[in-house]
Amino acid sequence: MAGRGLTRRELLAAFLGAPFALAACGQREAAPPLPEGEVVGASDGIGHLIRDGLRPEPETWERAGVVIVGGGVAGLAAAWRFLHAGFEDFVLLELEAAPGGTARSGEEHGVVPYPWGAHYLPAPMKENRALVTLLDELGVLEGSDAAGEPVVAEQFICRDPEERVYYRGRWYEGLYLHAGANDEDARQLQLFNAEVDRWAAWRDKQGRRAFAIPVSLCSDDAEVTALDRLSMGEWMRARGFTSERLRWLVDYGCRDDYGLGVEQASAWAGLFYFASRMKAPGAESQPLITWPEGNGRLVRHLYEKARSHVRLGLAVADVRTVVDESRRVGTPAAGGVEVVAVGRDGRGALGFRAEHVVFAAPQFLTKYLLKSYREGACPSHVAEFEYGAWMVANLFLSARPRAGLGFPAAWDNVLYESPSLGYVTATHQRGLERGPTVFTYYYPLTEPNPRDARARLLSAGRDEWAEVALSDLQRAHRDIRTLTRRLDVMRWGHAMIRPRVGFQWGGARVKARQPFGPVHFAHTDLSGVPLFEEAFDHGLRAAEEILAARGLPSETMR
Amino acid sequence: MNRTPILFLNVLVIATCGLVYELLAGTLASYVLGDSVTQFSLIIGIYLSALGVGSWLSRFVERELARRFVDVELAVAVVGGASAPLLFLSFAHLSYFHVVLYALVFFIGVLVGLEIPLLMRIMKDHLDFKELVARVLAFDYAGALIASLLFPIFLVPKLGLVRTSLLFGFLNAGVGLWATWLMRPIIGGGVTRLRAQACVVLALLAVAFVKADALTSLAEDAMFADDIVYTKTTHYQRIVVTRNRAGFQLFLNGNLQFSSADEYRYHEALVHPALALAAEGGREVRRVLVLGGGDGLALREILKYPSVREVVLVDLDPDMTELSRRFPPLARLNQNSFEDPRVRVVNEDAMIWLERDEPPFDAAIVDFPDPNSFALGKLYTTRFYRLLKERLAPEAAVSVQSTSPLFARNSYWCIVRTLEAAGFQVRPYYTAVPSFGVWGFALARRTPFEVPAHAPQVALKFLDDASLPAMFMLSADLGPVPVEVNRLDNQSLVRYYEAEWRRYE
Repeated sequence: MAGRGLTRRELLAAFLGAPFALAACGQREAAPPLPEGEVVGASDGIGHLIRDGLRPEPETWERAGVVIVGGGVAGLAAAWRFLHAGFEDFVLLELEAAPGGTARSGEEHGVVPYPWGAHYLPAPMKENRALVTLLDELGVLEGSDAAGEPVVAEQFICRDPEERVYYRGRWYEGLYLHAGANDEDARQLQLFNAEVDRWAAWRDKQGRRAFAIPVSLCSDDAEVTALDRLSMGEWMRARGFTSERLRWLVDYGCRDDYGLGVEQASAWAGLFYFASRMKAPGAESQPLITWPEGNGRLVRHLYEKARSHVRLGLAVADVRTVVDESRRVGTPAAGGVEVVAVGRDGRGALGFRAEHVVFAAPQFLTKYLLKSYREGACPSHVAEFEYGAWMVANLFLSARPRAGLGFPAAWDNVLYESPSLGYVTATHQRGLERGPTVFTYYYPLTEPNPRDARARLLSAGRDEWAEVALSDLQRAHRDIRTLTRRLDVMRWGHAMIRPRVGFQWGGARVKARQPFGPVHFAHTDLSGVPLFEEAFDHGLRAAEEILAARGLPSETMR
Repeated sequence: MNRTPILFLNVLVIATCGLVYELLAGTLASYVLGDSVTQFSLIIGIYLSALGVGSWLSRFVERELARRFVDVELAVAVVGGASAPLLFLSFAHLSYFHVVLYALVFFIGVLVGLEIPLLMRIMKDHLDFKELVARVLAFDYAGALIASLLFPIFLVPKLGLVRTSLLFGFLNAGVGLWATWLMRPIIGGGVTRLRAQACVVLALLAVAFVKADALTSLAEDAMFADDIVYTKTTHYQRIVVTRNRAGFQLFLNGNLQFSSADEYRYHEALVHPALALAAEGGREVRRVLVLGGGDGLALREILKYPSVREVVLVDLDPDMTELSRRFPPLARLNQNSFEDPRVRVVNEDAMIWLERDEPPFDAAIVDFPDPNSFALGKLYTTRFYRLLKERLAPEAAVSVQSTSPLFARNSYWCIVRTLEAAGFQVRPYYTAVPSFGVWGFALARRTPFEVPAHAPQVALKFLDDASLPAMFMLSADLGPVPVEVNRLDNQSLVRYYEAEWRRYE
């Protein structure tokens, strides 16, 4: 495996490819000095203790109507929904010291706050009522246009220039590499766009879109679900899309949104990426809403609303439904549910007795945390959920890199010939064009087997990942090493659900969404695609299910 | 003693130098003229054909081969070594640049083309023809490989173009000097003079190598028509002040900001219509905001009004405002405006400053450089003008420098339409500023208004009751064109501006 103990050349060959490593490492094998920094967040230590059987018995018990397990976007959304219904009898437990899950952000060391994961939100269409309400609360919207579509205030829309791509010594505007494209490339791009347009316009008999956000609004018509049974790569080949740069664009999209290559992501997921953000055929994609700290701004708002209900630094170790002895073992009964949590050091067990649980954590945790699942009754659909691994690095720069040839600095800066996704600039949306800044560098690990991806992720420590990020960015910014005064690394072992071939419409999602007695599930993985909108939607759904079960029905916000 | 192996080393050095000059010319040409495919292709073609010419010419050299070889080496050293500095100096005169470039490439090619045939003839008595051709050509091509590898990996990144060129000139001269020893037996007559020439060339190139930095700024000197009296690279821009018989000029990043000979026309047109409008109906104009305008010339006009109690000037670059305060010719021109106790200078990004709460202003003068970058384009967006609107009193007037409606008509109307989209009533106007040409402005207020009929009662050189209203009569070639509104998320203005001014470059 790659990582510690390797020479610089071996490290770079494992993470950036052998040709790159050869070119980057001259005779001088000694690696240049690295800036300071550390591995932050994602407390895998306590997680692994619980996985391996840590189940302490609490000495003290508390009571709550509802316990929300997990303070990512789904859990915070459930809390937000409860508060909108005037329901306050709940507590939210989050393992990390900060809420937000993969939408977290940071503010230490930087001139502006910066993201640690999800960093933008496409402007919702009017059908996504709940999200429109949330954005309105945040002051992001300026009413609606003639068609009733929400209008996003200018300062929250990603500033131009949005993206540029670096190819062989020069930056080009946009993501599609127009420079050097021949007639055939142009023809294929046009055909591909026409195909996307066709899907944006497609409606089923009930008038549902093929690809909509949230996914719960998508059509399940056979013509659409058939797309889930082949990979995006297969789909492209079947239509003669062989253009190298078109394939790169689609592969980049899949890696960017799903952490999967074009041969692994399903065609459904690949087309979802392009078609779900278009109001109508030929329309521009929905504008992107962003902040310096990315979706951390949304998290902060949700957290502030629910703050008095949120308990940070508490890892849930056990969720057990109180079993009625007269019924079959493992079948939940109406006896309520017990949740046991421990501190991040594995001590100080604390129990909660509740009537309902919102399980707002990824599905793979059910087999460790739900007692019934753990003790033999784990349904087969749980194993269908696979998660990709990501490394995210934040580079704290004392000044901007020297302007390279070609198009000037954008928000999203992509390297065509790199396995990484490039970087976003935190100061872009603040309008600071000079001086110190923070670059957030994204690197998805796309091995077909997610275990291999995680093993490679964890095989490299802070220094190895720092070397990878700096060497990669150095192709476009020769001075990056001298400008980077600090570089922190986040290793997301289970960063996001992988919408691989067959998962979306294979049935697992539908089964996993069914409540298990008083336990209601909410997570973006239930949509099969990792998006803020999906996590938010599932949080609302779970909360509304519970409100209804408790006899507190309120009109749905979804 | 058999000196032949050492002569092959000469072949290697000569070949490396030759290719380096070719690469230098190709690189410089694509820097300046763009379109690197065409430039490299042309340079290679000219250079190779020149090599052929040189080779052919070598047949006319009949006697004193070794002596001629040293002469050729020294000539290549001078011309090749000086090629990059020479091309840098001719940047400023783009019309001649092509001529200098191609002539230089051809001349170097001819000289380099002479080298190998001469050497081969010198060595022919020591080796049989088969051996000679094999070895000389092998070393020749090996030298080319060395050059092509060294050039992108080491030379350009570490030495830069000018020093690379001088260094290889130095090597050529070295080969020449060395040859006076190696070939001593076959050089007829004395060598002292040859050696002295070589030493002079070596010394000149060495001095140039050390002073390469000064050379580069000499090149900048030539880029401006007049004498440079001040230069500074700040965190934000390159400031250059030049002087000629008519006065002096300020350039930011190579773009003319004003010429002292006619700036009064620009600044009177920029400031007084807005202040006259703000004072309409007997209102007192007390607080005035200046955004940009670090030269202090708009300040000078504003401070003519006794009613003004406070002027806040927001300019990004502290080096610019300090220069305007302390550099005597500038301070004289702005009449020491920065020393006036009514003036408060804020060195901050204007857009970020506008997000802050401030008591309302009665008038605002917006005087930014033309929108030639995204960083400047944001200062002309609906978002920016909306923020500005929030800092203004209800009846406050604004004027905006809006580039040339003649040269950049789309850009001009984009600014006007953007102000309108931000909720302003706008009246476009223009005047002639000889240094700039036809220049445009926009006068704006929240509520509908009529153009001020009279020039204000302050000391003016340009505006009077006749010329002020006349500025608002746009001729047919300046009239409205359909354009997009400039927003943070489309930066339409920068794209219009770039497309329009490119036509004049």
